[in-house]
Amino acid sequence: MSDLIEPGAPAPEFSLATEDGGTFTNEDLKGQTTVLVFYPFAFSPVCTDQLQIYEEVADEFAKRDAKLYAVSTDATWSQTAFREKLGVSIPQLSDFEPKGATSKQLGTYFAPAGMTNRAIVVFGPDATVRWSYLAPSPGDLPGANLILEALDS
Amino acid sequence: MWIGMDSDLRTDDHVRGPNEAELVVVYADFTCPYCALAHARLTQLAAELPVRRVFRHLALKTKHPRAVALGCAAEAAGLQGAFWPFHDAVYADQGRIDDPHLWELARRLGLDVDRFEADRRSSAVIERVQRDTKEAVLAGAMTTPTFFANGKPDQARYHEVVHNE
Repeated sequence: MSDLIEPGAPAPEFSLATEDGGTFTNEDLKGQTTVLVFYPFAFSPVCTDQLQIYEEVADEFAKRDAKLYAVSTDATWSQTAFREKLGVSIPQLSDFEPKGATSKQLGTYFAPAGMTNRAIVVFGPDATVRWSYLAPSPGDLPGANLILEALDS
Repeated sequence: MWIGMDSDLRTDDHVRGPNEAELVVVYADFTCPYCALAHARLTQLAAELPVRRVFRHLALKTKHPRAVALGCAAEAAGLQGAFWPFHDAVYADQGRIDDPHLWELARRLGLDVDRFEADRRSSAVIERVQRDTKEAVLAGAMTTPTFFANGKPDQARYHEVVHNE
């Protein structure tokens, strides 16, 4: 059974590191729709496809006033190098130290591999969970259509 | 056995194979080695089981610096009736995809190179490639190539064709 945070639940207190050395907390969820895309590892081929695909329809997320962030347990330096290599604009959030702390709170941590599972959590502007999704396995990529359908529902 | 319906076809689709054969819709990228493999496998399989193949673009601008350029070049070749010869030639030699290689290929295919050059940079051609790509992503495609059946990605077909599973 999954521990994934469910729709309707308020965001717990959390803190993730941003690429510019700052923090992104549950307070930053307020006032906008936020999509947290949890992926296992920077530079792994499947993650590469996933973020590049989402980048392709960035305008569709913008139309829905939804802001995407990609989250992993990689360090910020690795995440920035990964984002730049992909040529994508999706900001990265690091759950590096304490390792996976936020992912554990949201039920998106995959302990056997010490990594974030492949999951998506959408928060509404009131910082409550609007939709959440855990992939059947880390190798299964959730299509952009699933997120957009959730945003439209 | 592949599933497909004629209603999936568009008037501007690139289609090859007998009309009565089953329809295989493939969204692909000319820089992708697995797409080249899928093409080779489909060609090989067609000798035993003819299929009616449709090519649509899934050219991600961030995936490979030449992905969109090659999709547009293929469309430009198509405007001179040479989409499939261009398609086959690029997949047969994915190491030669820079502009001079494309000009050489256009000449070899007997195309008007000046027209090819203008067409591949035209807004209509660029929009065509973007249309296909966005359509695939919005329908749930996550990788190249993606086989579609009845308007939805069909990963089982991908594994069947590419990995012979």
